[in-house]
Amino acid sequence: MAKMTLIQAINDALKVAMRKDPNVLIMGEDVGLNGGVFRATDGIYQEFGAARAIDTPLAESGFVGAAVGMAVYGLRPVVEIQFDGFLAPAHEHVVNHIARIRHRSRGRFTCPMVLRLPSFGGIKALEHHSESIEAWYVNNPGLKIVVPSNPYDAKGLLLAAIEDNDPVMYFEPKRLYRAFRAEVPEEYYTVPIGKAAIARPGKDMTILTYGPHVHTALDAAERASAEHGWEAEVVDLRSVNPLDLETVIGSVKKTGRVVVLTEAPKTGGFHSELIALINDHALEYLEAPVARVTGFDVPMPYLLSEDLYLPDSGRVLEAMTAVRTY
Amino acid sequence: MTAIDKSPTVVEDRRGNRIDKTQTYVRYEPIPAQRLKGVASHMDLTSSTALDMEQLFPVRHVLNPDGSLAGAEPSFLTPEQLKEVYRHMVYLRAFDQRCLNLQRQGRMGTFAPFSGQEACQVGSAYLLRKGQDWVFPTYRDHGAMQVLGVPSVNILRYYMGDEMGSHAPQGVNAFPISIPIATQLVHAVGAAWAAKIKGEDTVTVGYAGDGGTSPGDFHEAMNFAAVYNTGSILFIQNNKYAISTPNAKQFKTRTLAQRALAYDIPGVRVDGQDILAVLTVMHEAIERARSGGGPTLVEALTFRYGPHTTSDDPKRYRTEEEVSEWQAKDPIERMRKYLVAKGLWSDADDEALWGWARDQVAAAVSEAEAMPKPSVDDLFNYLYEEPTPELIRQREYLKSYLAKKGEGKAHG
Repeated sequence: MAKMTLIQAINDALKVAMRKDPNVLIMGEDVGLNGGVFRATDGIYQEFGAARAIDTPLAESGFVGAAVGMAVYGLRPVVEIQFDGFLAPAHEHVVNHIARIRHRSRGRFTCPMVLRLPSFGGIKALEHHSESIEAWYVNNPGLKIVVPSNPYDAKGLLLAAIEDNDPVMYFEPKRLYRAFRAEVPEEYYTVPIGKAAIARPGKDMTILTYGPHVHTALDAAERASAEHGWEAEVVDLRSVNPLDLETVIGSVKKTGRVVVLTEAPKTGGFHSELIALINDHALEYLEAPVARVTGFDVPMPYLLSEDLYLPDSGRVLEAMTAVRTY
Repeated sequence: MTAIDKSPTVVEDRRGNRIDKTQTYVRYEPIPAQRLKGVASHMDLTSSTALDMEQLFPVRHVLNPDGSLAGAEPSFLTPEQLKEVYRHMVYLRAFDQRCLNLQRQGRMGTFAPFSGQEACQVGSAYLLRKGQDWVFPTYRDHGAMQVLGVPSVNILRYYMGDEMGSHAPQGVNAFPISIPIATQLVHAVGAAWAAKIKGEDTVTVGYAGDGGTSPGDFHEAMNFAAVYNTGSILFIQNNKYAISTPNAKQFKTRTLAQRALAYDIPGVRVDGQDILAVLTVMHEAIERARSGGGPTLVEALTFRYGPHTTSDDPKRYRTEEEVSEWQAKDPIERMRKYLVAKGLWSDADDEALWGWARDQVAAAVSEAEAMPKPSVDDLFNYLYEEPTPELIRQREYLKSYLAKKGEGKAHG
């Protein structure tokens, strides 16, 4: 088995999918000859040609809208949005068309496409390049939303997203693109959408998170174990919608103490929905109020203040202490 | 091709501040004659007003308002087809008028009528191949959808509030009506692009009104279609008003068709009240698209006799005289006179046709009104291929709540 970084796993998944299904194509800004600004599509243009590795004009509404027409017609476009913040011009197509086509045509038309969204902060990028926008789309029925945290899941979730008959938003934690390598099978495999993973088993508390902060949570859990002897369970949601409620609630019932962790702004984030679901399904199991570790209600800061904003293992450990000592 | 003139000009304002008012002019070389298709090659193009866009994009006519010939008759239509397009227009007028009445009687929701635009509706869709070509309509293009093969009962159900109306029959490629403006134009381009990638000669028609040429999506659709040479037709019905906003407040250009020049694709203006002219330009555009010649922008000059939707009162923004002027150019009456003059049609035929059309519409209305309300399952089961566990929980909750209230039976 090959050791791959997360970005290599994405690249590999795209190639494997395109070899398997001639209807799969990639499109976006600079994804062809240049291989994408993060090199996620490196070599695809050379292997599959310009018709399936499409460099589009610089207009997100135009190419996301065109992808709608392609998907409805029978292709499976995998659209790269160069950075999270650049989805905004195409928002209308996402919410008014992509999410609704199956529903409003009562199944007559479907929109099997993937939006690849290099997301979140941590790479000291420009303004509008480090956003956490997943909650906008959680509150918009009709979209599936997945966030891998490691190379294995990155490939398996992307292949699952491409073969899904519904539109999938695939949020890529860009700070993990080259953070580490892990074993990734070279063949075709999928990680099912809607299934969480236990990234670290534990009995004393649960940390619910996804994407980049699975690693923040694991760091905090190791510190808590070493410093206090608390064994935290880290649940990597992997899929935000549909959510693996069974795994989430199962862990909450087991530990009775919960920290939710994202880097989105505090108010109205998906972490808030997690707390509401715990309230619905496991309130009587709680030994302490659920703590949340999030960004702040400010725009994602530019690079000099990024570290002020992003949750780190210290903030997670504070929250763990609060729920443990309540 | 271009030269840049700079004439340095520095002026002082009243307070003595120096202001650089140097302007850069881009002077264009004359456009080659073959590109201008008949326009003199020596034309000075240094200013936008130098080009007479109305001359460059003449309005195509075949029939005069009295039904006499103004141009070449389309050779691609048989006498039977000439009668068929007329039957379509009459049927759609009867349908549209009935829908307006249904809305007034509270039997239908907000409705967008197209009466006056029948030549555009029929002419834009009639030559498409059912099962192969696609339409991406607005809320005022349910006539074109019906011409392509969407049953009237679908349109009625849609405007009565049932999304199932957007479920076109298999083999009829009519995308659901797009309420968001101009978005469907890029969808049409994308679908034609997909066909090209798959090696198919599918033609797509994206619809918009004059207001629909203002959003970025119109321009993005034009640019994408041009760059990737897609077999898509952007069919713009310029009916003079976007709700209340007249052309003069919508765009400065003398025509909409001239925008094609900026994207280097063919643009054409056509008399939208002249079914034979619309069919002629669509015939050309479809042939171009089908043979790999790429996209066409069509601007059809037309007029809606009624309101934007049943929610507005057009008397607030346009005069009765203007409406009368357009009614004197009515597309149906014009075609009827033409058919009569050709010896293809009689008053008796006409009376029978209108009777048939009203009967057909009445039958469709009865069928639509007899259908049950959408079910709770319909509300939840089409979000995804399989409903998520959360959707199933919500669906079952609503069912049990309705059962408790005793209202479950109201929804089929």
